[in-house]
Amino acid sequence: MAAAAPAIEVPIPRERVSAKILRALARGPVQLVLLVIGLLWLVPTIGLFITSILPLSDLGTSGWWQIFAHPSHATWANYSALFHNSGLMTALKTTAYISVGNTVLVVVLGAMAGYAFAWLDFPGRDWAFIGVISLLVVPIQMALIPMFRLYDSVGLFDTWYGIALFHAAFGLPFATFLLRNFFIGLPKDILESARIDGASEIRIFLRLILPLGLPAIASLAIFQFLWTWNDLLVALTFGQNTTPITVWIAGQLREFGSSLDIIAPASFISLVIPLAVFFAFQRYFVQGLLAGSVK
Amino acid sequence: MSAGGISAEPPVGAAPPPGAPPGRLGRYLTAGVFLTPALVMLGVWMVYPAVYTIVRSFFGQTGFLGTWVGIDNYKTLFTSSYFVTAIKNNAIWVAVVPAFVAALGLVFAVLTERVRWSVAFKTAVFLPMAISAFATGVTWRILYDQDPNLGAINALGRVVSDAVTPPGVLPNALPSTPALQPHGGGLLLKTPLHPGGVALLGLTGIAPQDMPKGSTQAVRPAPKAGQINGVVWRDFKPGGGKPGVVEKGELGVPGVTVELRSSSGKVVQSAKTDANGTFDFTNVSAGTYRAGVGASTFAKSFGGYSWLGTRLITPSLLIAYIWIWAGFAMVVIAAGLSAMPRDVLEAARTDGANEWQVFRRVTVPLLAPVLSVVFITMVINVLKVFDIVFALAPESTQQNANVLAFAMWQTAFAGGGNFGVGSAIAVFIFLLVIPVLALNVRRFKREI
Repeated sequence: MAAAAPAIEVPIPRERVSAKILRALARGPVQLVLLVIGLLWLVPTIGLFITSILPLSDLGTSGWWQIFAHPSHATWANYSALFHNSGLMTALKTTAYISVGNTVLVVVLGAMAGYAFAWLDFPGRDWAFIGVISLLVVPIQMALIPMFRLYDSVGLFDTWYGIALFHAAFGLPFATFLLRNFFIGLPKDILESARIDGASEIRIFLRLILPLGLPAIASLAIFQFLWTWNDLLVALTFGQNTTPITVWIAGQLREFGSSLDIIAPASFISLVIPLAVFFAFQRYFVQGLLAGSVK
Repeated sequence: MSAGGISAEPPVGAAPPPGAPPGRLGRYLTAGVFLTPALVMLGVWMVYPAVYTIVRSFFGQTGFLGTWVGIDNYKTLFTSSYFVTAIKNNAIWVAVVPAFVAALGLVFAVLTERVRWSVAFKTAVFLPMAISAFATGVTWRILYDQDPNLGAINALGRVVSDAVTPPGVLPNALPSTPALQPHGGGLLLKTPLHPGGVALLGLTGIAPQDMPKGSTQAVRPAPKAGQINGVVWRDFKPGGGKPGVVEKGELGVPGVTVELRSSSGKVVQSAKTDANGTFDFTNVSAGTYRAGVGASTFAKSFGGYSWLGTRLITPSLLIAYIWIWAGFAMVVIAAGLSAMPRDVLEAARTDGANEWQVFRRVTVPLLAPVLSVVFITMVINVLKVFDIVFALAPESTQQNANVLAFAMWQTAFAGGGNFGVGSAIAVFIFLLVIPVLALNVRRFKREI
């Protein structure tokens, strides 16, 4: 060891200088490549937006990028037509009901279950928890046919709350998993002193757990909201006249080319809300993702 | 069971909440209150349907159960070409998407580590994650349009293709007289020529806007000894004109490649036409020749790939799907990178490892758990892929783009109405996901 040490020390300064030069040289191309890739990744979304502000007469003859040659062709007419389209407005309202309704339900039920699994003591607790999170991988397809039949017979078919309940159920395993793991990391002594002071479990849950668990609850809520706002399959199966925006647009797909002045702006409207939520709460979204999304 | 006696008992040693005042029964009751709503919901919406679907998959088409058919539904699943296509396509999805997503995510995560504006880059790449797979399908359907004038991807293809093999000046031109005949993509004058001859190569079917720029009145050149000359012109003027005759008002076509062939058919000379359409071959030795217009003149411009057609639809879907999920992989892997022990990397560098060796021998092995999370997540996602197929594949190629989840939905709900086979597909998807479930439960158990 003693003999090897000087042998190592000598090349270090030289290495560092050359490494610096190399790194500086390498950075240029890397930056350029990243710039190109980053722009490339934005092109589809930009293309959709530009398509949405062009009149149908343009869309049949030239690509959306021609707008850079003829910026005057841009028009809000497609959008103003859509805002007077009662079908789309109803669909947007339904989407909001479904997304908000099921998110509230998942947060409340998931937090309660998460608290029970983290801080309450009962036999078989850990096995029950494993049972719940095992449900994470039950594909939605496993429930479509039976729930279709059941919804039909109990009058939940074609209602926004029927769709919301379905989403809530399938969101629960992830919600329970995420919140239980967050709650269990909360400082133990705060909870225990509250219990010694005689606070009821309900009170502890409402006054301590929920406020302290807010970061995880926010992640969960954002996740669940985006998940249901963007859903197609569930709404397509359990909705007929009461449908969210994705299903409403899907109804126009048959005549893709000639309905592009409806499809493109409606699709853009459908992604404005998720994008806004995403940008406003990016941090929580990423945290939720890292917490182990395996939906 | 006297409640008082229990509350007087000392707290159960191993239980996390010691000294809970209301006693064991009370504690169980509290747990029940907190758990019941979630458990009821999971029971009704997940456990009951799962059991029902498994049972239902052994029964016929309609009814609450219908008639017992044994494993016939599963046989249908593996024999009918409709389902076999879906299974094959899903296999392609599983083989391609997780690997590409993980690889792209890894590359992006490693590259952004060295860049100051990495947040902007990450936001751009992560953005599709917030957009619905359905809207993504619509978006890419616009990009994939076959007409290079409408679809951005084929427009780009045309730019590249036209740079490699430039399109001819007259892709749509036709001969104006029967004397000019098709020959290997070009045109060849039937009449043999000798030195001193004049070749009249009249063309029609050229729209005015397609005429090459700078063309002037066509000129019929005078014959010259030892030369073969001629003219290529637009043998048409408003009102018609006489075919095969160079008339006033008819334009010469510049830039056309004219070829002179010997009697054996070999090209001995070639020339380009001038603004008035004339060309000449000099120093032509005695013999019989034929003249014609080269094939390159008529080369068509790039027509666009049929991205949404029967053959390319699945690759097109894969590309769009990878576009969505690369950001997810990047963010998860970047988090893994930032949690990596820096001193290990520095030690490797100090020991003289170059950047590639550090990446290959240290970074990737240390990231293996994170990479496997990305991989597993993507396998599950891909086995259940539905929305993007629904939105991106036009009805005409939906059968070619078919995947399990799509086949399930179509069979059970979209006109199919076959709950037996539909249940069988659902169970099949479930069975494919179970090995992944086992892996995940192991991971969760470790985390507990």
